Amino acid sequence: MNDSDPAIFAKICELLQAFNKKGVALEPDLEIMTGLEIDSVAVMDFVMEVEDHFDIDIPLNVLSETRSIQDLVKVVAERTMRAA
Amino acid sequence: MQDLFEKHRGLGERGAALARIGSNPLAVSNSQVISPTRAIINGRETILAGTNNYMGVTFDPSCIAAGQQALAAFGTGTTGSRIANGTYDMHLALEREIADFLGRRHCIVFSTGYQANLGMIAGLAGPKDTIYLDADSHSSIYDGCTLSRAQLVRFRHNDPEDLDRRLARADHEGGRLVVLEGIYSMVGDRPPLAEFIDVKRRRGFQLLVDEAHSFGVLGRNGRGLAEEAGLEEECDFIVGTFSKSIGAIGGFGAGNHPMFELLRYAMRPYMFTASSSPASIATSLQALRVLKAKPELRERIAANSERLFNGFRALGLVTGCGVPSPVVAVRCPDEMSCYAMWNQLLDHGVYVNMAIPPGTPGGLCLLRCSVSAAHTTDDIDEIIALFGAVVSKGSRRVVNG
Repeated sequence: MNDSDPAIFAKICELLQAFNKKGVALEPDLEIMTGLEIDSVAVMDFVMEVEDHFDIDIPLNVLSETRSIQDLVKVVAERTMRAA
Repeated sequence: MQDLFEKHRGLGERGAALARIGSNPLAVSNSQVISPTRAIINGRETILAGTNNYMGVTFDPSCIAAGQQALAAFGTGTTGSRIANGTYDMHLALEREIADFLGRRHCIVFSTGYQANLGMIAGLAGPKDTIYLDADSHSSIYDGCTLSRAQLVRFRHNDPEDLDRRLARADHEGGRLVVLEGIYSMVGDRPPLAEFIDVKRRRGFQLLVDEAHSFGVLGRNGRGLAEEAGLEEECDFIVGTFSKSIGAIGGFGAGNHPMFELLRYAMRPYMFTASSSPASIATSLQALRVLKAKPELRERIAANSERLFNGFRALGLVTGCGVPSPVVAVRCPDEMSCYAMWNQLLDHGVYVNMAIPPGTPGGLCLLRCSVSAAHTTDDIDEIIALFGAVVSKGSRRVVNG
């Protein structure tokens, strides 16, 4: 993780809580869909919240390669850097 | 070696939980179909209120006669794709008549509505382009997007401002295709088309509207949402299906683009599947003529839709959207209660669709009705009364509806 990653991780976890109905502990390597037992539409809805918060687009093609919270942190870090 | 079916184990568990309560809503079988609005299901005569048979033309005598004639004259199937031996004069005639009906220069007919979306979307957009799709889009739109290998950006449902923000953020070159639906199939709402067109004028993109549920239904001539909104010229591409208001099977894409016909050589779901059977094409063609000749069918479905919507509202049911629409959905508190009520409705002789996540937006569990012009006022009242008896109590428990 680089300097900004822990902040991104914390924010993503905060946004994820609304979808974490089962109260699963959020670790970097937790797979979002299988770990939280949520369906593909819920994952896309969650990512929309992430997009809004960071003012970036995360195309669905990228999302299909993004499984864990850590993967998503990486995508957000990359895309926020690109947007800056 | 891992068994390939292992990943589907969850589906089996979900299905088994449902099966303990009653009939499987995904495995309903009609043993006899009596009319556009009646069938025998589980040995009982049942009112059909979830068939998308909007205009009720499936038993129109002129459509049946046209189908029988084509079946006798041209055989049971074409045994070939449109680009090989599967194009008959009637396929071209149907394309011509739909194009004329829509006031478009070009129309291409597909074997199903699903393939029409796959073909049109993947034919229009390629890996270097970006598709902006409404979050609540039908699966055929999502699948068409995947097939295109374009960049896929999902915007908030019916939210032109959100689309605008995403278009403003775009940093890649290439074409931009925005996909909307005329009526969204699960809750029955429609997009604020004029506001989307404002964004289009400002940002620039090409627009495809899937009129699957609105073709034949909305607009003075039944041309769909684009006609109703008076914005046909701004909608570059129209997609539609024959399996709803047309009462057959098949689909189409239409537009005015001077290179539109090139899509015939660029759309895999068009090129690599057999063309629609002669009987299906002939009934589609005749059904289109029936819709043109009988504008009163549109008045009837509008009246029926309003009656059902108002009836449900009077019962205190929480509907999927706030406006009358041929799709009238009732929200249920959760999957199990939705399933239990769906079973009770069927046991009492009314078939509706049970719609649950991920097939629905926002985790909604819905009892989804679709209204037909062929429903009588008594049919509508019977459906309302039964929902009053079965669903009223359950649906009121929906919070934040």
